Amino acid sequence: MGLPIITTSEPAPACCAGPAGSTPAARTRHPGTGRTALLLLLGLGAWIAAYAAVLPLSEWITFRAIGLSPTSHLGQSIAFFLYDTPKVLLLLVLIVFVVGIIRSFFTAERTRAILAGKRESVGNVLAALLGVVTPFCSCSAVPLFIGFVEVGVPLGVTLSFLISAPMVNEIALVLLFGLFGWKVAALYLVTGLTIAIVAGWVLGRMKLERYVESWVYESMKAEATFEKERLGFQGRVVKGLEAVREIVGKVWPWVVAGIAVGAGIHGYVPEGLLAAFMGKSAWWSVPAAVAIGVPMYSNAAGIIPVVEALLGKGAALGTVLAFMMSVIGLSLPEIVILRKVLRPQLIAAFVGVVATGILMVGWMFNAVL
Amino acid sequence: MTGVTNVKIQVLGTGCAKCKQLTANAEKAVADLGLGASVEKVEDIREIMKYRVMTTPALVVDGKVRSAGKVLSPEAVKELLRQ
Repeated sequence: MGLPIITTSEPAPACCAGPAGSTPAARTRHPGTGRTALLLLLGLGAWIAAYAAVLPLSEWITFRAIGLSPTSHLGQSIAFFLYDTPKVLLLLVLIVFVVGIIRSFFTAERTRAILAGKRESVGNVLAALLGVVTPFCSCSAVPLFIGFVEVGVPLGVTLSFLISAPMVNEIALVLLFGLFGWKVAALYLVTGLTIAIVAGWVLGRMKLERYVESWVYESMKAEATFEKERLGFQGRVVKGLEAVREIVGKVWPWVVAGIAVGAGIHGYVPEGLLAAFMGKSAWWSVPAAVAIGVPMYSNAAGIIPVVEALLGKGAALGTVLAFMMSVIGLSLPEIVILRKVLRPQLIAAFVGVVATGILMVGWMFNAVL
Repeated sequence: MTGVTNVKIQVLGTGCAKCKQLTANAEKAVADLGLGASVEKVEDIREIMKYRVMTTPALVVDGKVRSAGKVLSPEAVKELLRQ
């Protein structure tokens, strides 16, 4: 996917590819939008060809070139690893590129302007939706929180945003789509949004404003303005490519590690073993999954291959979904950062309400599916 | 590169890896341009909020926010300082 048209200057190691604020935008020359479009099409063609070649190639290498038996543990593991690694990485490049382009339409300032002056219920829904598309990284959680609160966005609405932004992860979403199909992906999207909306609303009802550090409300005079970035078609393509370089450059070791773990489970854990303690009948497996998942922190892209392997061995979808959401949605680093503006009582309520939501989702899916 | 001898450069950020990277890049830019300016790190969140940024790290030159939410390369910082 390397399109040689870009001459920008941001080799940034970042967790969020953020086109934020009024920067001297990476102005590109204009050799013609048509050429960019043509290169994009060529890139897409190459991507499709590569994607189609992954399965036959991985099987050929494992079973012909190395000569492992398709029924052996090692053969199973290696085939899984050689198939999933290029497949997931290819999906990741495409997704991150598209999301990078979508995100170039949104900035934190713009989202704030949309949310300012919205009432609670509508605000919760909007905040959860915007949380998905606004560029966000947990290290900006505090300035973002204050920025929202100081223009009068209600606390519960702000929390809806802060829950949805990490929980409904676009990378997780499209990887789920690619690996399990649209039903599981839709399930994840809808439940993640629901948790963010309901949890934010509940927290708003609880009137916890007094547990926000008092200095936050002292300087409430900001206006919700934002500058529109004029990027144009090529500018947005540049943003997409920057996102690929930054995000894929950063998460690929996690992905490979995740797939390696998944491959181990796939080849060596007997079929159905996990059904006993991660299956539908074990009601306690959902709280256990949440309890293990909350303190854990992994990249969304790294956890999905593990999810795939667990599901294949008889773990119930609700349990696995709950595990995944608690790993990527509630993370210790973000909580430590938020402690700077939120008192422990509010942090506890935040974690408690979100964890409860995840628990309900887990049980619901195990009961329904 | 004329006229920029006495600039005040600040990096706003609560101490994450990206903020350190931006500080390093800004220092490199200052050194490359041969300026006498020093790069100051602002890590206190209340100080940071006075600049009304919503994403970190941010780069402040002479009290004005020039970039927020991304790590500028040394070249990008230089470009910014020349203006």
